[in-house]
Amino acid sequence: MHDRFGVAVIGGGPGGLAAAIEARRNDAGRVLVIERNERPGGILPQCIHNGFGGDIFGQDLPGPLYAQRFIDEAVQNGVEFQSDTMVMGLDSDLTIHAASRRNGYIALKAGAVVLAMGCRERTRAQVRLPGTRPAGVFTAGTVQRLVNIEGYMPGKRFVILGSGDIGMIMARRLTIEGAGVVKVIEILPFLTGLRRNYVQCLRDFDIPLELSTTVNRIIGRERLEAVETVRVDPELKPIPGTEAMIPCDSLLLSVGLIPENELSLRAGVELDPVTGGPKVDERMATNMPGIFAAGNVVTIYDLADEVSKAGYIAGRSAAEYARNGHGGGGDTVDIVPGENVRGVVPHRVNIREGLDTGVVLSFRVSRPIEGKAVIEVMHGDTLAASVRKPFARPAEMLSVHVKLKEINRSDKNITVNVRAADGE
Amino acid sequence: MPEEKREFVCISCPRGCEITTVLDGKSIVSVSGNICKLGVKYVEDEVTDPRRIVTSTVRVRGGVTPLAPVWTEQSIPKGMILRLADGLRKVEMTAPVKCGDVVLENIFGTGINVVASGEVDVK
Repeated sequence: MHDRFGVAVIGGGPGGLAAAIEARRNDAGRVLVIERNERPGGILPQCIHNGFGGDIFGQDLPGPLYAQRFIDEAVQNGVEFQSDTMVMGLDSDLTIHAASRRNGYIALKAGAVVLAMGCRERTRAQVRLPGTRPAGVFTAGTVQRLVNIEGYMPGKRFVILGSGDIGMIMARRLTIEGAGVVKVIEILPFLTGLRRNYVQCLRDFDIPLELSTTVNRIIGRERLEAVETVRVDPELKPIPGTEAMIPCDSLLLSVGLIPENELSLRAGVELDPVTGGPKVDERMATNMPGIFAAGNVVTIYDLADEVSKAGYIAGRSAAEYARNGHGGGGDTVDIVPGENVRGVVPHRVNIREGLDTGVVLSFRVSRPIEGKAVIEVMHGDTLAASVRKPFARPAEMLSVHVKLKEINRSDKNITVNVRAADGE
Repeated sequence: MPEEKREFVCISCPRGCEITTVLDGKSIVSVSGNICKLGVKYVEDEVTDPRRIVTSTVRVRGGVTPLAPVWTEQSIPKGMILRLADGLRKVEMTAPVKCGDVVLENIFGTGINVVASGEVDVK
């Protein structure tokens, strides 16, 4: 079976839904969203907390409601869905190999493909937690799914490792559902999630946060019985003599997210080792012709709204490619991280006519700057843009808008630097 | 009453402005550090009547999933959060559940409803 689509989107979360809607609005022909779950929405249905939609709808919505708005809009725009379907492969000629219970193996051909597979959580193995292997060690998203979707409370007394947003949000959620949260510990000397989540998830419920502290050892045979914590020095090395024992039956890990790119790799998409996602240009085009990417598959964003906005760009670009069989072209300028900057997206920008709206560069700082910071975008030796910020913290993605007419030569790189503002 | 300085982190948006306020009892003398007007409103509410949106789940009979997500459409006084959570544990809805279906009406006489924030199809 070979169905032909204008644009096929792999993944029905906030990035994929936005891409599909925008592809339909830009005359892509038939647009298909392939979703692994029974229903589209990605991870949003289990994110029952509010905080979504401020940017896109000017409203503060819970995750499921934010997803439903996009699902409804996609349906109204004639987007087709293939749910409960797992994509197993993507060829460079834009053939998608997928399987589902209903249809078995299927192959689909698309004029352009948008990768929107999102991300997965880091696990115990990836942060190398020593100790026994008892039950009771979970990632934050697993607990979120158990508590918010399956209706199952997996523990009574939790310690949370990592001050990421999902970890703090689950600290509140577990407390509301009657479980105890002893404390949240964070190896870095600063919060890694948004501060509003510290206020409304931890401080509101008197849940202590301990910085510069990590789990030294996991203790328990069948079930987790305790964790041994230890304070760390500025190099993140454990400080002997600072060990403390915390009895608990559950350890919830909120230790970071990784873009999910198994499919991308197999399709020949080039990845950035820093972000873990595809290298993209300002249209969210990858190095493979006709393959675009959007959302957490590219880099980990702070907000679903930002993921959806990246989806809009990818959907528009994919539609253009599907209509014309090409897109972009011409010379490109590489964008490279400079002083105190990690993982700039996009990685390159096309110099082309009619693209005078400019480009938004998004990135994180490596080290916090408490106090006024300045973002400088250099094109070769020329200052292309400069923006001041009240502070710059690794937890919060920064972005700067650069006008393309200021970037008109392809023999020079663009470099982004963030430093403390002088004399303030 | 002597003037008192208090620090807040605004939760109105992800920016999380650090706001410094000088208070005379419960009246606000000055507010600084906020980037937008929401910060002033947040501090005013936080000083006199702190409120939060509450999100949780309720049981659903006959649905594809056993729970439906719910939320208070407006923020409720902070002191009511855990009482509301207790109340929600006793509620059971019947599938199908649609966004906006009323779960609890006029909670604690606030005039605020708890409504479904997601859909649950019939099994």
